[in-house]
Amino acid sequence: MKFGVVVFPGSNCDLDSYYMVKDVLKQPVEYLWHRDKDLKGVDCVILPGGFTYGDYLRPGAIAGFSPLVESVKEFAHKGGLVLGICNGFQVLTEAGLLPGALYLNISLQFRCVFTYLKVENNRTPFTNLTEDRALKIPVAHGDGNYYADPETLTELEKNGRIVFRYCNPEGEVTKEANPNGSLDNIAGICNEKGNVLGMMPHPERAGEELLGSDDGKIIFDSILKFWGEN
Amino acid sequence: MKPEIWHQLGVKDQEFEMIVNILGREPNYVELSMYSVMWSEHCSYKNSKNTLKLFPTENERILLGPGENAGIVDIGDGLAVVFKVESHNHPSAIEPYQGAATGVGGIIRDIFTMGARPVALLNSLRFGPLEDAKIRWLFGGVVSGIAGYGNCIGIPTVGGEVYFDGSYSGNPLVNVMCVGIMDQEKISLGQAKGTGNSVILVGARTGRDGIHGVTFASEELGEESEEKRPAVQVGDPFMEKLLIEACLELIDMGVIVGIQDLGGAGLTCATSEMASRAGTGMEIDISLVPRREEGMLPFEVMISESQERMLLVVEKESEELVKKVFDRWELSATVIGRVTDDKMVRVKEKGEVVAEMPAKSLADEAPVYCPEMKTPSYIEEVCRLTHSKIPEPADPEEVFLKIITSPNIASKEWVYRQYDHMVRTCTVVLPGSDAAVLRIRGTKRGIAVTIDGNGRYAYLDPYLGGITAVAEAARNLVCTGAEPLAVTDCLNFGNPEKPEIFWQFYKAVEGMSKACQEFNTPVVGGNVSFYNETAKGAIFPTPVVGMVGLLEDLDQRCTIDYKEEGDHILLAGQGEPTAGGSEYLSIIHDLLEGCPPEIDLEQEIKFQNFILEAIRAGLVSSAHDLSQGGLAVALAEGCFKNSLGVQVKLSAERDIRWDILLFGEVQSRAVLSIKPDKYIEIMELADKKGVPLKQIGEVKGKDFNLEVTGPEMRKAINLPLEEIIEKWRGAIECMMEL
Repeated sequence: MKFGVVVFPGSNCDLDSYYMVKDVLKQPVEYLWHRDKDLKGVDCVILPGGFTYGDYLRPGAIAGFSPLVESVKEFAHKGGLVLGICNGFQVLTEAGLLPGALYLNISLQFRCVFTYLKVENNRTPFTNLTEDRALKIPVAHGDGNYYADPETLTELEKNGRIVFRYCNPEGEVTKEANPNGSLDNIAGICNEKGNVLGMMPHPERAGEELLGSDDGKIIFDSILKFWGEN
Repeated sequence: MKPEIWHQLGVKDQEFEMIVNILGREPNYVELSMYSVMWSEHCSYKNSKNTLKLFPTENERILLGPGENAGIVDIGDGLAVVFKVESHNHPSAIEPYQGAATGVGGIIRDIFTMGARPVALLNSLRFGPLEDAKIRWLFGGVVSGIAGYGNCIGIPTVGGEVYFDGSYSGNPLVNVMCVGIMDQEKISLGQAKGTGNSVILVGARTGRDGIHGVTFASEELGEESEEKRPAVQVGDPFMEKLLIEACLELIDMGVIVGIQDLGGAGLTCATSEMASRAGTGMEIDISLVPRREEGMLPFEVMISESQERMLLVVEKESEELVKKVFDRWELSATVIGRVTDDKMVRVKEKGEVVAEMPAKSLADEAPVYCPEMKTPSYIEEVCRLTHSKIPEPADPEEVFLKIITSPNIASKEWVYRQYDHMVRTCTVVLPGSDAAVLRIRGTKRGIAVTIDGNGRYAYLDPYLGGITAVAEAARNLVCTGAEPLAVTDCLNFGNPEKPEIFWQFYKAVEGMSKACQEFNTPVVGGNVSFYNETAKGAIFPTPVVGMVGLLEDLDQRCTIDYKEEGDHILLAGQGEPTAGGSEYLSIIHDLLEGCPPEIDLEQEIKFQNFILEAIRAGLVSSAHDLSQGGLAVALAEGCFKNSLGVQVKLSAERDIRWDILLFGEVQSRAVLSIKPDKYIEIMELADKKGVPLKQIGEVKGKDFNLEVTGPEMRKAINLPLEEIIEKWRGAIECMMEL
């Protein structure tokens, strides 16, 4: 299975995703340049973390207009797998592939900490291998405070599109476990068809025990499993 | 030219005369401005140069010592580590966010200039007490400035230290260190070689920001400093991220002849240093320099400190390639001149010469001063402290909780959770241990990095403070399982023109040099920051040591936290704890007195060898050196990460007081935890190495239980760990919410 990691000016977790796929998952992976339109035949597009164009306007705002994101939209509409991590999630909301928005953290500060995630939907291509326990995966962002209007939120809830919520190590969704003030502790959501996932936590930073957790690998393994079965 | 003009630029009368002698005529204003910045203390080290010669700078691992933008050290496998620390104290004092942010930006440029990929940032910070609202503003601003720049650019901030003391109230310290990894074949230098080669200015446009920044950095802070806010530059980490990628791409292609960042003194510094190092000259036309604003005068263009700019020297044929690469990264690259063979820096504006002087005279021929030295009168007084003068506290638990919640000892999580310390997925030991450890991709190796200083010790005894700053850094590395390699230093002092201050400086450097020699950890680069004083006086003399160590095998790393219930707790090393200069004396008795802990370097080296060998042999589960707060704090710090309690019994053998035993500070000692079945082996090793080692307790339960008994005396701390952790973790956050 071939992965593509998008490189925008200002992406800085591009190599982390790249090495996660290459060294840990041991799958082919290529960088995709923001100005190109060619997705090089990849099976899964990763929009990595970082500060695209410095994020001076609004996180992900300018990247949402790049030529490559146009191709990613087409790819997603055809059912292609798209994983937006952190800034990638912000780009997906700006590009209209996912609803809602990511506001400034309620603390008004950047947060880099390990969080625990409760998997609310284990039937997505990204979570089909998760078990009934909290995943230990870190966050690192200044704007991860997810918001959606009440109608959208109801729709997300109803259709199982809330994929992850912040929880404590025991799996309980609590206020203390929420690192950014996001609505209902939302950490990640998917689109209607389930092929586009946006999440604030960084699974690529939790791919090896050496880094403090390998729970993030479950997400990548799930992608592989889904792809193998389809 | 009237004397007021050069006085205003900080040029002394005799310096003006020197300039006239060099040029054979009076300088014009552009030239005078250029000399004034290059001959400022910040750029020329005119007061410190002679003293810095004391530092050892070479050994078999050092590929490049001081003199270039950063030092380079061999770490095997054809790889090298590049690192340097720099201060941004004065800008941060008046504009904390941008002051700190541009400090980060500047030191990162120094690293990738050498051809290295920056992989880690550290910082050493000092502020006044957090009870003061302005201090909280400074502290919060500096931390968010470091976060703002480092997080955006994608280099993890993996470690550091923060201390609070009244001496830093008006003059905080912001020292930032960057570490890079490189292929030894890709070393690039700041040299303008090859007559006729093109000089290309890349990156951001030039504006009026940072005019006379280096002059501002070379004087004391006063009331009018607030007005110098325009001398503080504004950072753009996004631009610098692009610069890193574009420059490293070109270095990789092998087309760069010379490269240097534009930091302090801007174009003036880059042109003259590059030419001087190569023994060439340089001619540029500033009308070609892309500007941020109209109407800039030649002197403004030449000394602007606009951030995120680099100067490249390439062969003429490579010009197009350079432009192509920079265009891909949406950056500008403009040919502004060429390398000449006449050893002059010649500045033209639209073809007309506006400044012309020997490159060497700007870069290397600043006057060198040997400031007067005098032992300050306080030295004799502070030494008179005896333990009997310190009232014995009643309640050990109360003392312990006060110390553990002192901002100097309390958890720094409030700080480092704002820094992305994981990006690049190489941080293997995260902030909160003795040193951070990073893996080196594609190898079994890792590097450990730390930054340490103790202004209080250095104030009480600058020579000893200098030695122990180096020893502490080395111990921190050793406790993670790394062999210390080399040092970068940031020397923060008051006004060197005052004999008492210069004495502090000289003594501290002497002490550091001695220690670096003994540990075989040469100094490969650094920074001197003088004039850290306000009307209320100078800061504590604060030598800060950045040190890098090597782990041949990453699996042999060690952290400070206890791993398992039932493990033995051992105390290694020898040395008499003392109240002198301790956190205990400061927090509980509000005293700044005494002699800081003595160190026997021979013993220290034996001790470090033992620790390192024990870790490498897999005998040790955790290791943590005794530092501020003494034995009680070191024992407690091992409990926090895994919420594992301890039961420790100490006997006060001689007539040592329990408070000194628990909270006094000492060198050459560490708390180790081991699996019970390693006991015999580690005792044998300690014996062989001549290092005292004894069991003092075990990892047990959920309480922190520490008991001291002696003749007719029993004192105990017995507190639920949960309570300690909550207080320790929340202390700084609580204060920031005042």
